[in-house]
Amino acid sequence: MRTRAAAIAFVAALVCAATAAAASGPSPQQVQQGKSLYGRYCLSCHGMNGSGVAPSRVIGAGPGRDQEQQNAVAPPLRGVGARAADFYLRTGYMPLQKLGLQPRRSKSPLSPSQMDALIAYIASLGKGPPVPKPQPARGNLSEGMQLFTANCAGCHQIVAEGGYVTGAVPPPLEDDSSTQIAEAVRIGPFVMPTFSEKQISDRQLDSIIAYVQYAKHPDDRGGWAIGHLGPVPEGLVAWFIAAVALVAVCMVIGKRLTSH
Amino acid sequence: MARVKDLLVSAALLAAGRRRPKLHADREPIVPPGEERPGSELAVIVLLFATALFAAAFIAVYALDRLPNQTQLLGASLGLAFLCLAAALILIGKRLVVTEEIEEDYPVVEHESEQEAIAQVVADSGSRFTRRRLVKASFGVAGGVLGAALITPAASLGPFLDVEPFYATTWKRGRRLVDEKGKPWRADDIEQSTFYTAFPEGADKEALPSSVVLVRLPPHDFKLPKAIANYPAQGIVAYSKICTHAGCAISLYRAPLFQPDEPRPALVCPCHYSTFDPATGGTVLFGPAGRKLPMLPLYVDRKGYLRAAGTYDEPVGPSWWGVRMRKPKPA
Repeated sequence: MRTRAAAIAFVAALVCAATAAAASGPSPQQVQQGKSLYGRYCLSCHGMNGSGVAPSRVIGAGPGRDQEQQNAVAPPLRGVGARAADFYLRTGYMPLQKLGLQPRRSKSPLSPSQMDALIAYIASLGKGPPVPKPQPARGNLSEGMQLFTANCAGCHQIVAEGGYVTGAVPPPLEDDSSTQIAEAVRIGPFVMPTFSEKQISDRQLDSIIAYVQYAKHPDDRGGWAIGHLGPVPEGLVAWFIAAVALVAVCMVIGKRLTSH
Repeated sequence: MARVKDLLVSAALLAAGRRRPKLHADREPIVPPGEERPGSELAVIVLLFATALFAAAFIAVYALDRLPNQTQLLGASLGLAFLCLAAALILIGKRLVVTEEIEEDYPVVEHESEQEAIAQVVADSGSRFTRRRLVKASFGVAGGVLGAALITPAASLGPFLDVEPFYATTWKRGRRLVDEKGKPWRADDIEQSTFYTAFPEGADKEALPSSVVLVRLPPHDFKLPKAIANYPAQGIVAYSKICTHAGCAISLYRAPLFQPDEPRPALVCPCHYSTFDPATGGTVLFGPAGRKLPMLPLYVDRKGYLRAAGTYDEPVGPSWWGVRMRKPKPA
């Protein structure tokens, strides 16, 4: 009897969650569903109610006792708001496969409605920033390119193809939505710097996003873009095409000399 | 130094003392003597001097520096020098050296007489040359000047004697730090886990020592050596933005969001990934850089603006032979 009641309640909660997702603002049921998802996917690292798990402590001394109390450590989620939750869940950065890895874009085990619920729950943990609503159409493309060059291109490359930094991989931005770019600039995921509104205003951010969206399909005046990766592929092309052509010429000359 | 001198002297003596064995004067020629072609020979000499001329032009264009289309002129002069040399060699091969028909492969050289025969073939093949010494001299001139042209660009590796500018800086005590538009930076503007570029107020922004990268770190993170322990101001540190390896701009800042799980904060150069630790005075964590980033001492004035408290602790820019000999001089 009890299980049936629970099942009915669960179905009701799901229906409510679905309708609430369509409407604006999270419903209590959605938050509740998010809480159970939190228990399943996030709790082991982020701790009870998003309290975070502090870096491991050594418990006691002596043989066999000086081992670390905790291996799973992760930042607290109170006050990170819907902005961080939306970014990490929708990009598939979280849940993380293994602790200590750089979060990478991947297929999330969560369905979109489950993501909505989990975002609602994390937003309910404490007052935090909402999901930003950038308007790249308002941005200025040339200003965006200048700002991107100054602040982003060092790591992400000038056409946002991604690159390398010691100890981490700045990802390519080709799959990022405008909202995700706006979130990442403010959050600074993994080792990315955090840019506040003081440093890059919302208006400037619109321009940066407009440029990144443009850079997904740039106007390649020079012709063949070769992956937009700069001198390395260009050098490879020189070796693989020009060197082969030269070798072929040498062979033709050699043939003519021997047949003579 | 003395050993190098000994080596050079002995090499010169060896070269001078080496004589080729004289060929027998009354020998039978193997290669039939060809008729002389003074026209071709003259052309060869002219071409070799042209080679020397174009190679000298390369050096001149390189030294003059401020010419319009310098790159094209450099390419054209060196290309023409090689073209003339190639033409001279082709002319010698086709028109001047008397060729003999090869019927079978030369046997492996074993005997004195066979060696002599080969030397004779070489000597006989040159029968068309009438002005041997002039041809040899023009080869020497062409080769010498072309060689000089090829090593000329090495001068760009750096001045050998005039190194004073390397110690100069645009910073001195009291200079405010401004952004690229000239707005002074306040200490409150500088936030943690992000980075800023700053320049000295009223100085040339393009000068090598001008640009610095500003970051703020939690005060308890610092592990600075005593000599530079008072360089940060309120947890803000400034380092030269020019990498000490190859002089690229340090435009990457690794700023971990959650330090226990992630790599520590670092300034990274995008060219060869030299990685510097901003908490320990810019020491090298990784990469090809051979020395730490120069650090700029800072203080915050009464109005809250960031000011330089002196100049860098190390010369700015890529390393060179005297980089550890002196400290930079304030402007």
